[in-house]
Amino acid sequence: MASTEITQSAAQLATDAAALAGKAQALAEHAARAQQAASGGDEMLAMFLTVFVLAVFVGYYVVWRVTPALHSPLMAVTNAISSVIIVGALLAAGASAVGFSQAMGFLAIVLASVNIVGGFAVTQRMLSKFKKKQK
Amino acid sequence: MSPTLSALLYLAASVAFIMSLRGLSSPETARAGNFWGIAGMAIAIVTTLVQPNMHVSFWMLLAMAIGGGAGLFIAARIEMTALPQLVAAFHSLVGLAAVLVAVAAFYSPTSFGIGIPGAIKLGSLIEMGLGTAIGAITFSGSIVAFAKLQGLRSPALEPMPMQHPINAALGATCVVLLVWFCLTGDELALWLLIAATLVMGWFLIIPIGGADMPVVVSMLNSYSGWAACGIGFTLQNTALIVTGALVGSSGAILSYVMCRGMNRSIFNVILGGFGTDAGAGAAAGGAKKEQRPVKAGSAEDAAFIMKNAASVIIVPGYGMAVAQAQHALREMADLLKKEGATVRYAIHPVAGRMPGHMNVLLAEANVPYDEVLELDEINRDFAQTDVAFVIGANDVTNPAAKTDPKSPIYGMPILDVEKAKTVLFVKRSMASGYAGVDNELFFRDNTMMLFGDAKKVCEEIVKSVGGGGH
Repeated sequence: MASTEITQSAAQLATDAAALAGKAQALAEHAARAQQAASGGDEMLAMFLTVFVLAVFVGYYVVWRVTPALHSPLMAVTNAISSVIIVGALLAAGASAVGFSQAMGFLAIVLASVNIVGGFAVTQRMLSKFKKKQK
Repeated sequence: MSPTLSALLYLAASVAFIMSLRGLSSPETARAGNFWGIAGMAIAIVTTLVQPNMHVSFWMLLAMAIGGGAGLFIAARIEMTALPQLVAAFHSLVGLAAVLVAVAAFYSPTSFGIGIPGAIKLGSLIEMGLGTAIGAITFSGSIVAFAKLQGLRSPALEPMPMQHPINAALGATCVVLLVWFCLTGDELALWLLIAATLVMGWFLIIPIGGADMPVVVSMLNSYSGWAACGIGFTLQNTALIVTGALVGSSGAILSYVMCRGMNRSIFNVILGGFGTDAGAGAAAGGAKKEQRPVKAGSAEDAAFIMKNAASVIIVPGYGMAVAQAQHALREMADLLKKEGATVRYAIHPVAGRMPGHMNVLLAEANVPYDEVLELDEINRDFAQTDVAFVIGANDVTNPAAKTDPKSPIYGMPILDVEKAKTVLFVKRSMASGYAGVDNELFFRDNTMMLFGDAKKVCEEIVKSVGGGGH
């Protein structure tokens, strides 16, 4: 009786140990992956910073070339394109599983859409009025 | 769709946005530029909708349709004189959208690939925090700017006593909250940060006077770009980063151009410059003015002078926009051209309530854009000009900016209308301009004041020139 109990608990112990080993293995893998992601994240950040700084320079030179007569359309069109933030809104509404995030996303989609369509349309209206002297 | 392909498409969208700004370097290419912008936006949206983890629902398309419809309706209905308000209102929407996206990312970080709830990466928290803070400031600041441009009055828009110390304390609070949020990723910190930056944006714009709104609107334009940029870093999306950087630098450059047009630093404008003591200056000036004689003329006198002029330069200002006088003005210019005069327009950088506002209003009244010149292009020609016709402008022609070091507008570049043989000033009254200083020009021998509503004066001149000529 006692011996069977002992064998049983030994077997139990063995399976437990195996499970634990498996868990440890998974944990190690997870840590490794996290490590990789973290270092990858740093590299990504450096890359995005590069993109950002170069884009600021491009913006600087391109905007100085805009004729002052068109500064109002410039404002309207930059306003429209800054609504590319709709990308984030769409991801929140369509790729998120959290209800609250989805709701925020939907609201942001509406706001950004007002801007996109309104901004481009009003720019178009302004620009259509700029005409050369008829000769 | 593979990540590489998406990245390339977002790159294409960024390039399209750059092309769109490049198009604005000349009116001939500007319309093509706008289409580049639309194309870039379409690429960005479609690329996002076909991402592998994206579930496109009917509701998302409906949300876009509702927003787009509202935008189209507003854009089609808006008066061109109300453009500055419209742009301010649009900026507020970008700001709010940035806040909402940041909040969404905070509560659902896994779907944005930035960590798990409660354990978001530090880098992402910083980007998110900055995006939220700038977005919230843009949102509430733009609402105040909108209200001021719209001419709304409310106690909530009046500067408080001790506004500047309060703002400084509030600014410090915002920084502390931002640091707290970045270090802990705490939910409460996020909401407190949003609340504090919302109030900050509001308080920041309150002390700034109405005529400094061109700077404010440009500044908020810039902020909306930086907010988009912050969100772009969070989402690791190059299209957002590039676009945000473009818009941010564009707004910053416009703010700089406006400040240079007034010979003031951005800090001077933000701290409320001479908006605060303008009332006292105007009152003191008012008492003095009564005693000095000015030469006032009628529309007929003005018509007579201009009919005999070979060259006329028109200097429009905000007053013209308020009186909606641009159409009557163009009619007058057409008649003068028929009489054989050359007619051109001179635009000061800070004329109107947003950068380039006058150019749009004149274009709307069918004035060809090659007759409309900037300060640098036309200033030398005033000396060879018979008539300078100043309509709704004041401070930008004041020679005190060159001669009186004590004047608040000293050092501001001005249009040299004083060099013209005759200066005609269309003004409603002798009240001084925004800066609260007297304009020496009113009392000169070669100046004639035409008192009245800008639009009516133009119409009367049209009648006199037309009637007397035939």
